Amino acid sequence: MYKKITGTDAYQEPMLISPSAHFSMGGLWVDYELQSNLPGLFVLGEANFADHGANRLGANSLLQACVDGYFILPHTLMHYLAGETALGARKLAAEERLLQEARARIDLLQNIKGMRTADQFHRALGALLTQKCGLIRERGQLQEGLKEVKELQKSFYEDLFLPETGEGLHMELEKALRVEDYLELAQLIFTDALQREESCGAHFRVEYQTEQGEAARNDAEFQFVSAWESTSEGFQLHREALHFQYMQPQERSYQ
Amino acid sequence: MLDPKIPEGPLDQKWQQFKAQARLISPANRRKYRVIVVGTGLAGSAAAASLAELGFSCEVFTYHESPRRAHSVAAQGGINAAKGYKNDGDSVWRMFQDTLKGGDFRSREASVFRMAECSMALIDQAVAQGVPFAREYSGYLANRSFGGVQVSRTFYARGQTGQQLLQGAYQALMRMVATGSVTLHTCHEMLDLILEEGQAKGIIARNLETGAITAHAADAVVLATGGYGKIYYLSTLAMLCNGSAIWRAHRRGAYFAAPSWTQFHPTSLPQLGPYQSKLTLMSESLRNDGRIWVPQNRGIIVPPPTFPKRSATIIWNANTRLTVI
Amino acid sequence: MKLTLKIWRQPNPRAKGTFETYSLEDLNPAMSVPEMLDVLNEQLMAAGKTPIAFDSDCREGICGQCGFVINGDVHSPERGATTCQTHLRSFQSGDTLVLEPFRAKAFPIKKDLCVDRRALDRIIMKGGYISVQTGQAPEANSTRIPLEQAETAFEAAACIGCGACVATCKNASAALFTGAKISHLALLPQGEPEAAKRVQAMVAQMDVEGFGACSMTGACEVVCPQGVSIAHIVRMHAEFWKS
Ligand code: FES
Repeated sequence: MYKKITGTDAYQEPMLISPSAHFSMGGLWVDYELQSNLPGLFVLGEANFADHGANRLGANSLLQACVDGYFILPHTLMHYLAGETALGARKLAAEERLLQEARARIDLLQNIKGMRTADQFHRALGALLTQKCGLIRERGQLQEGLKEVKELQKSFYEDLFLPETGEGLHMELEKALRVEDYLELAQLIFTDALQREESCGAHFRVEYQTEQGEAARNDAEFQFVSAWESTSEGFQLHREALHFQYMQPQERSYQ
Repeated sequence: MLDPKIPEGPLDQKWQQFKAQARLISPANRRKYRVIVVGTGLAGSAAAASLAELGFSCEVFTYHESPRRAHSVAAQGGINAAKGYKNDGDSVWRMFQDTLKGGDFRSREASVFRMAECSMALIDQAVAQGVPFAREYSGYLANRSFGGVQVSRTFYARGQTGQQLLQGAYQALMRMVATGSVTLHTCHEMLDLILEEGQAKGIIARNLETGAITAHAADAVVLATGGYGKIYYLSTLAMLCNGSAIWRAHRRGAYFAAPSWTQFHPTSLPQLGPYQSKLTLMSESLRNDGRIWVPQNRGIIVPPPTFPKRSATIIWNANTRLTVI
Repeated sequence: MKLTLKIWRQPNPRAKGTFETYSLEDLNPAMSVPEMLDVLNEQLMAAGKTPIAFDSDCREGICGQCGFVINGDVHSPERGATTCQTHLRSFQSGDTLVLEPFRAKAFPIKKDLCVDRRALDRIIMKGGYISVQTGQAPEANSTRIPLEQAETAFEAAACIGCGACVATCKNASAALFTGAKISHLALLPQGEPEAAKRVQAMVAQMDVEGFGACSMTGACEVVCPQGVSIAHIVRMHAEFWKS
């Protein structure tokens, strides 16, 4: 497989490896019933934030997805629905307005008529995140990164190019819509990484390490889950305190 | 402070407690309730199939043309379950401890315990669906030790564990599509969440084949749309993986937790050029302790390689140590 | 390296398609074929032209989303590889590559290189499962399955549903795809109770979808990226007569 992809024979040459983004522990906040703070909105699997904490153990991701879907949601969702009157064929009041909004959003992107493709913006955003909010994070870099994402976002709305593709499949539009969302999410990623002034799991802040270079958690101040809300004034932090009754937090060590 | 609504009682009885006290809907009334499920990976397919089996009406959305293409297929290593088949002292409690510790004490005890608790039934479920897990000569299920834990609790199907589990869930889903209790909307991407008096009641979706944008109403909305690691562009994720569904829900008020916690996999293949679109993963099962690599074809004699001596740079990270040659 | 590409362009399912020729320079042999198309699309868009629609997702040979025909080879000139696992080093600088979609009556062309393969899902829908409700399952180790049998079942289950077998068959038959699923489930004791019903319904659906009869040439096995064996077609026939 190594040879198939890289064209290099691992019997003869050392294999090169690189780290790459893999699993998102973060996701929409859910309670024990897998329900978000919005009633009726349930979130499962990798899309939620729940069982893996700051670092997921190998072979637990498939498990969480399966368990959420087969064994937990059927019970918690029925519990929720039992308190609701079924909608039936009733139309929702907000439908028309939201349909309009969705169409307007697409028109807006289509009418920018700039020079750069969605992929170009995505690659630029990816490089920026990898550099400034990748394996190793540092306050100054994070602050810079946040500023740069905002600039990139600005140029997205000035310089996006979407081709005319006629009817049917329009993969460039699909990409553009996703990148538009990523440009917003990236700002929250930087904000969150800045706010959490400790090292834990996959989040390693150079300012917070032990003398041996191990991650230094700060249980006194950060033993909580950060749950962010987007408001007109920016991102607002809510906390869920974590209580450990059955197992006391210990320091991680790979020595 | 957010309230996670954890049931009272001792840790190992919370979930039983919840189930015993949860409200129910009679079988005859369930079909009146419509549930939207977005995403058909393991979580989404499993949820939709199970809900439909109970009698609920499900509207299932995926941007793929077939539910089977979801990115769950790419998970290779295996799936953990505290079956304790190896007589090595494994148990739900031990799995709970490993997971909590692995998560660096930033997850919720009750949720972690429940995942470990339900892991055993999941293996039963998958085997009954026909998932071809690895077996011993005796015909019993095989296990390996994985991810740095001291017990062998990982079940696997060669390098295709995710693919095989998803096949099981996909097949269960298609069975319910055939009965008419699941309506499948393929090539549809969610663009927005519809709220009514603060409650989630539907979605706006775009048909990728025709461009049509439509509204869909339901009594509850379930998002099982996977991770957003592709935001880094170069990642181990599939090209289409995205964070749009959860981000759009977030914009409508759903809180986003720990957005910056993305796991980096230490052993992907290297970056070769600017055109590159993804970094393929070398399975952990390959580089695990004690694995020996042997040539696929017998009789290949490999001379001991003479690797150039270069100083190794070691990057430290909380959960991995990488040696970059 | 340098390549000339002749690519099938078809704006919609009803339109008549044609080949268009493009040339690319400065390509890196380590690029995969979809990555080459990414590069081409960037250039087309820079020139104000419509990019080429093609499918790909995992780009590591596991999801079954990618696939077209390259110089008459389904997926790839390499054996056991999907299109996304095919790299430019498989070709020579100066080569001409002809890219066209999978061709089969049951796979209508959507646009350019994209085809609709939902017919395969509809075959599965007819019985490609074991009916077990969540919660019903007995303890996993209560049934022992001999190692060899389990391995053969796995090999059949390894199918990624890409449809290459159909695209290469002169009759556009889905026998390997269907046979693999029937064989996977028939080899396991769990699948036994529904075996007869399953094989009847799935085989009937193949005809409904417009897939042809097995051509008995074994071409499918050769292009299958997972190396699924035609022995599974034989087992499907055996199961069919048994039912
Ligand atoms: S893109 Fe997934 S198999 Fe080729």
